[in-house]
Amino acid sequence: MTAIRGLYTLWIREVKRYLRDHVRILSSFVTPLLWLVIFGTGVRLALPYAGLNYLSYIFPGIVGQTLLFTSMFMGISVLWDREFGFMKEILVAPIARVWVFMGKMFGDSTDAVIQGIIVFVLGALLGIKLNIFTFLESLPLMLLITFGLVSIGLTIASFMGSLEGFGSIQSFINLPLFFLSGALFPLRGSGIPTWLQIASRLDPLTYGVDALRNVILGSAWTPFQVQSLWVDIGIIAAFDLIMMTIGTWAFTKMK
Amino acid sequence: MVNVIETNQLTKKFGTFTAVDNLNITVEDGEIFSLLGPNGAGKTTTISMLVTMQKPSSGTATVNGFDIIKEPMKVRKSIGIVFQDPSVDDRMTGRENLVMHANLYGVPPSEQKDRIKSVLELVELEDRADDLTRTYSGGMRRRLELARGLIHYPKVLFLDEPTIGLDPQTRDHIWEYIKDLKEIHDITVVLTTHYMDEADKLSDRIAIMDYGKIIALSTSSKLKATLEGDVITVKADNLEALRSILIEKMGLQKTEMVDDTLEITVPDGKDLIPRIVDTATQNKIYVESIDIREPNLEDVFLHYTGRTIRPDTTTELHGVAEARRRAAAK
Repeated sequence: MTAIRGLYTLWIREVKRYLRDHVRILSSFVTPLLWLVIFGTGVRLALPYAGLNYLSYIFPGIVGQTLLFTSMFMGISVLWDREFGFMKEILVAPIARVWVFMGKMFGDSTDAVIQGIIVFVLGALLGIKLNIFTFLESLPLMLLITFGLVSIGLTIASFMGSLEGFGSIQSFINLPLFFLSGALFPLRGSGIPTWLQIASRLDPLTYGVDALRNVILGSAWTPFQVQSLWVDIGIIAAFDLIMMTIGTWAFTKMK
Repeated sequence: MVNVIETNQLTKKFGTFTAVDNLNITVEDGEIFSLLGPNGAGKTTTISMLVTMQKPSSGTATVNGFDIIKEPMKVRKSIGIVFQDPSVDDRMTGRENLVMHANLYGVPPSEQKDRIKSVLELVELEDRADDLTRTYSGGMRRRLELARGLIHYPKVLFLDEPTIGLDPQTRDHIWEYIKDLKEIHDITVVLTTHYMDEADKLSDRIAIMDYGKIIALSTSSKLKATLEGDVITVKADNLEALRSILIEKMGLQKTEMVDDTLEITVPDGKDLIPRIVDTATQNKIYVESIDIREPNLEDVFLHYTGRTIRPDTTTELHGVAEARRRAAAK
């Protein structure tokens, strides 16, 4: 029971801190807006994509991108806590590190999903066809996608000494995962080199974006899907489990 | 007397450097115990091992009867800690910080409200409890940390340099709280400090630590008594000359040059003052001022280590300690 309360308190802390950071919330509107409005419009006019409106095509991709970037960035909470000293209070508490990790991970995932919801709001304002059911179905899916990604961020941060180092490693991971995920353009079919197809298949975010398209675009996406929704979910869940295990291990090593 | 803390050959090495060297100390139930020493003496490392933040390289210790290596969770539950550096969450309110702590330490929710109210009263922070701690002053944060360390009713409270960087008024305040803890709440307190006056005012017993070892351990008054007597401070126009005359003609061996004064430790200072002034005058040395006081812990530290405790003073001082060291080397 103590462990659960500890986990809860660390979770609620991350969420409260996030919601109090108005600048971060405001700025979270900007990046997806730029992608959807400028990039989306430009590419839509340049190369019409077979059968689908390009904006509808990249919308789930931009949701995935937001989840990826936010989740990875959340690792910085570890570095902040260390910088401002609160990490000591957590590390010396009589609670197993697995709960410390889980508390932080659930908290950061919640924050990332809030960012994802903001993108949904933007999408609706930009006229992308969404309904309340696809939105509600997307919520648990978004949470599932963020678990593994947040775990990567937390794991890296737990080994890093400085904020600067964390920033550079982050973009090292973010961009390949983003570009290989098929968020902006399809990476399958004839004409795409085999190595690129394989690399895309190895990217966990590929299945996240695909799952979101399965939910949001529905039957319109079925002919193009990478996997069926449930296979996507299975792969994401397996990835989450592996990353959470590694993250927990990293936290037990943390001093 | 029950021992709350017992260390057994407790040692911590970082590479070839030994930070804590085969430490054997016991802390008794209900006392305020100070580890006094300069920066880098091994005080914080000792505390880190006792609170199970760091594992010893060898040896072990028990805290509240729990082994620090085998039962770290039980040790943690039974102690409170105030770290040297700030450790509150500055984006949360004072009360939220306390609630988080209570949850992390398994305080039942039904009791949290009352306990938080009473610790806030103790450190007089009720009015500011619902403000973000980033708006607090350094002293207020310290008080909040003190309050936080008490919510789970620890039997021992560890304070690592509790008043470092605080203004004199706030220091006095914090000292009052610490004394209250001991008297009203019957909590054992272990503190580290490099402030002599802090150790002197608060502690029942003081362990002087240097280079990872305890070099003296007793009550403040007994430590001072080892110096046997008074300290006479002389200011004169030619101190070096005065010093050799006092050593040769009056046989006063315990003389030390401290800054621009000469300090002489003697069993009975009052009788000696006129004779020192006479001797100086006979030798055409003009005495500007002369002062007599009881020895303080600074003198004790100087006596045992040959150095002053002030971190900015690196110069070795001549005198007793050096003489002792030379004697030991022979």
